[in-house]
Amino acid sequence: MLYNKSAVYIGIVILVILLTSPFWVGLFGHNYTSTGITTPKDQATCIENADFMRAQHMRLLNEWRDKALRDETRTYVATDGKKWEISLQNTCMRCHTNYKSFCEKCHLSNSVSPYCWTCHIIPTEGK
Amino acid sequence: MNTNRRKFLKIASLSAFALSSGVASLGLGAKEAQAQLAPGAYGHGDKSLHAKRWAMVIDTREFKTAADYEPLIKACHRAHNVPDIPGNKNIKWLWLDSYEHCFPDDMNPHLSTKMQQAVFPLLCNHCTNPPCVRVCPTQATYKMADGIVAMDYHRCIGCRFCMAGCPYGARSFNFFDPRKYLPEPTNPSFPTRMIGVVEKCTFCAERLAKGQLPACVEASNGKILFGDLEDPNSTVRKALAANYSIRRKPNLGTQPGVYYLI
Repeated sequence: MLYNKSAVYIGIVILVILLTSPFWVGLFGHNYTSTGITTPKDQATCIENADFMRAQHMRLLNEWRDKALRDETRTYVATDGKKWEISLQNTCMRCHTNYKSFCEKCHLSNSVSPYCWTCHIIPTEGK
Repeated sequence: MNTNRRKFLKIASLSAFALSSGVASLGLGAKEAQAQLAPGAYGHGDKSLHAKRWAMVIDTREFKTAADYEPLIKACHRAHNVPDIPGNKNIKWLWLDSYEHCFPDDMNPHLSTKMQQAVFPLLCNHCTNPPCVRVCPTQATYKMADGIVAMDYHRCIGCRFCMAGCPYGARSFNFFDPRKYLPEPTNPSFPTRMIGVVEKCTFCAERLAKGQLPACVEASNGKILFGDLEDPNSTVRKALAANYSIRRKPNLGTQPGVYYLI
């Protein structure tokens, strides 16, 4: 004996739809392709190639911090021979002036929240 | 002796040797962990200044009143975004105090009136034996090869052991978010600090790397000298050779790198 047959069946259907909802969103929803960040227009390349920077910039920044603060080697000679001052504010942010559409956009889509900006100063135009 | 037993002892003693001598730990893992990540190379800037041991000589005879030190303090605090917080929780990089507070080892109760009224500039002494470095549990503060006692604010956990260790009161704790007292950073090319870290004078290591002398030295018009203590021909060594100088609390054995011409 099953009481309230129709309500139970509707409930089961709703439950199945809810449980499988991630698949439906993935199948018919908007596809994730890019974080939509805008890179600086006036520069062709970053200090190293884009793939390396995309994957390793956080580790590179850590290495830069240790090299500059502890070993006092405050100049980085990139593979193309170009010399850069090791500084987040004076080198990175000179080109990547727009914090909102570069750093923040990508960090938000990847749900990471680095706390660089409690001390380092964001360029005024990108706040 | 039984051969089996003999063999066992051989293997046991060899393994004990290997374990205790560190042969076993000579794996590749340790070396790989230290490998450099960046494909480029690290080096010094073309214009950067180098020394074996940086030191400062302050000619206090050239300063008459507290107002004479004002431009120096302003230059330092502007260059490093140091806030001015009213009360006893202020941040001090370069500050002033009386003779008896600066040089408490001098127990003479009858100082000259000139000395009683004088003020002296105080900053981190960048000691040869820095107590702050010894007590820091995270190695957030450390002594560099050129004698500068530096800080890595990223590593500071705000335990304030260094403040207890420093006999000169040269370290300040950020009880508040310093940016609240610094509505606009006065120098956009230098970071601020955050709540919960300790900070102090850096001997302007970031300026030396660009070939500039420390901000206070630059603002003093030659009344403060800065140079290599190991080089007998440096300005600081010449000034020390020609004048009577004192250092703060010398009996503690910290060997300060800041000298006062009195």
